[in-house]
Amino acid sequence: MTARRARNFAFSGIVLIAAMIWIFPLYWSLTTSLRSENRIVSNAGVLIDELNFASYIEVLSTSKLPIWYLNSVATSSITTAIVLVTGMMCAYALSQLQFPGRKALYLLVVASFMVPVPALYVAQFILMSDLGLVNTWWGIILPQLIVPVVVIVYKQFFDAIPKEMREAVLLDGGGEFTLLFKLYLPLNWGITAALAIITFISTWNNFFWPFLIVTSESMMTIPVGITQVNDAFGVAYARMMALALLAAAPVIIGYLIFQKRVTEAVMISAGVKG
Amino acid sequence: MSKLKRRRRELRAAGLLTAPFLFVFTVFFLYPTYKVIALSFTDAPLIGEGQWIGFANYAKLLNDRLFFTSLWNNLYFVLLTVVPTTVIALLIALAVSKLKGRMQALVLTLFFLPYVLPVSVVTLIWAWMLDFQFGILQPLIAAVTGKPVPVFRNPYWVMPMIAVVTIWWTNGFNVLLLIAGLRNIPQDLYEAASLDGATPWQRFWRVTWPLLWPVTALVLTLQLILQLKLFDQVYLLSNGGPFNSSYVVLMQMYREAFQLNNGGYASAIAMVLFLVIVIVSVLQFQILRIGGRK
Repeated sequence: MTARRARNFAFSGIVLIAAMIWIFPLYWSLTTSLRSENRIVSNAGVLIDELNFASYIEVLSTSKLPIWYLNSVATSSITTAIVLVTGMMCAYALSQLQFPGRKALYLLVVASFMVPVPALYVAQFILMSDLGLVNTWWGIILPQLIVPVVVIVYKQFFDAIPKEMREAVLLDGGGEFTLLFKLYLPLNWGITAALAIITFISTWNNFFWPFLIVTSESMMTIPVGITQVNDAFGVAYARMMALALLAAAPVIIGYLIFQKRVTEAVMISAGVKG
Repeated sequence: MSKLKRRRRELRAAGLLTAPFLFVFTVFFLYPTYKVIALSFTDAPLIGEGQWIGFANYAKLLNDRLFFTSLWNNLYFVLLTVVPTTVIALLIALAVSKLKGRMQALVLTLFFLPYVLPVSVVTLIWAWMLDFQFGILQPLIAAVTGKPVPVFRNPYWVMPMIAVVTIWWTNGFNVLLLIAGLRNIPQDLYEAASLDGATPWQRFWRVTWPLLWPVTALVLTLQLILQLKLFDQVYLLSNGGPFNSSYVVLMQMYREAFQLNNGGYASAIAMVLFLVIVIVSVLQFQILRIGGRK
């Protein structure tokens, strides 16, 4: 038995080392960000041996990072809220109600999966420009509201709820909205949280669309904004890495807190049960 | 309550519940889909009206060498990423699923973490890792080639390196799916195989591989679709260069529409990508259905 234990121990060790090598780029950016610019170019080792926050302070005080945070938080939150509410309502109707066009609507939602969204960006840009929404929060938000997977996942979960529960509420005189918000939604808080987190993260991280629709620096979201600093700083590795980590901090912290939900959401949205 | 009244209430509820989604879906998805198709048959600039020119944009595409370069680079990138990332993810998933408890959670977190980063953070970090003068990976590159290489300004290195960065960034997603797939394989099958004297190698090829295939196929096709949509990393790391060696279809769509003001031609380019991905998706659906029937 001990030989087997030793082997398991060695195996765990090797996998852990592999994982640490995998995450090394992120660790290395942290090390770099905490050093002075002079030491970075002088071949100091890979260990964190200096806690110099000057780069962080400079990035926060000279760039528009705080405004980009605000833009990202606002646009991602609003997008997530609208996607979830509209998706949930539509999924409820598809799952529980009989109405003409129900099947066609469902097929349309499923088919929309296939469309590569960036192929629509030219047309969506023209639409946003016609609506006067270039360089606005709504310009960033509106085209990102199309997340068909939310409808499909909600529908699957609503389908699984026993009909008897529904009949009970209907006998008590409740309508469809009561059913949705008092029964179906509370039974699915877990999935709602998971979908909210994954929608939020993917909206937060979207680069291509906000990059097209926003040209004014004060309207940019984090992923777009930080690419502007690049040119302004010139060669400044510590500051670039401090900037990268400040931009990544919300998603990294969010992921570490809601890890289980994120994992669950990724699996559910890909149609794989964990 | 009469049956008729109840039915009417149901219809009204259905209308109210679907209306917000339908509105958003129609205005910001269906209409742009129609619009991009329509635009591809015109000579419209990005903003403003154009003339109907039939299939002229598509005919122009056939004679556009840059477009074929883009298509080829997309294909090359697919070759560089799709199968490699799936193999790497499978190895990681197999290793992680052998671990227990906290160790498993920790290792999985480390492998998954890059996936939640914004693309521009990923490219910043890797531009620094591979920096020509001070990049920490340059000694490694120098050990192989004899001298440091400015990888994103070198036509031979640029695509493979963007592929490396992309795999590092997105691999966690595949690992998760494959781990979920592995967990769904009943444990007693392995026990039965062990009792029959199967070696670990045989157990993998006779039990794990066939039962995991639906998830593996899903990962492969999701990756294929994702990698065809390459834009962000290329734009941020090499901007299509050097000498167009990392120029891809969406890059060309972007340049035509937003820098050269050719909305119609850009739409035709978008339509080609559109069709390729729809075809891939339909094939994927068929393959998965056949796989599911077995």
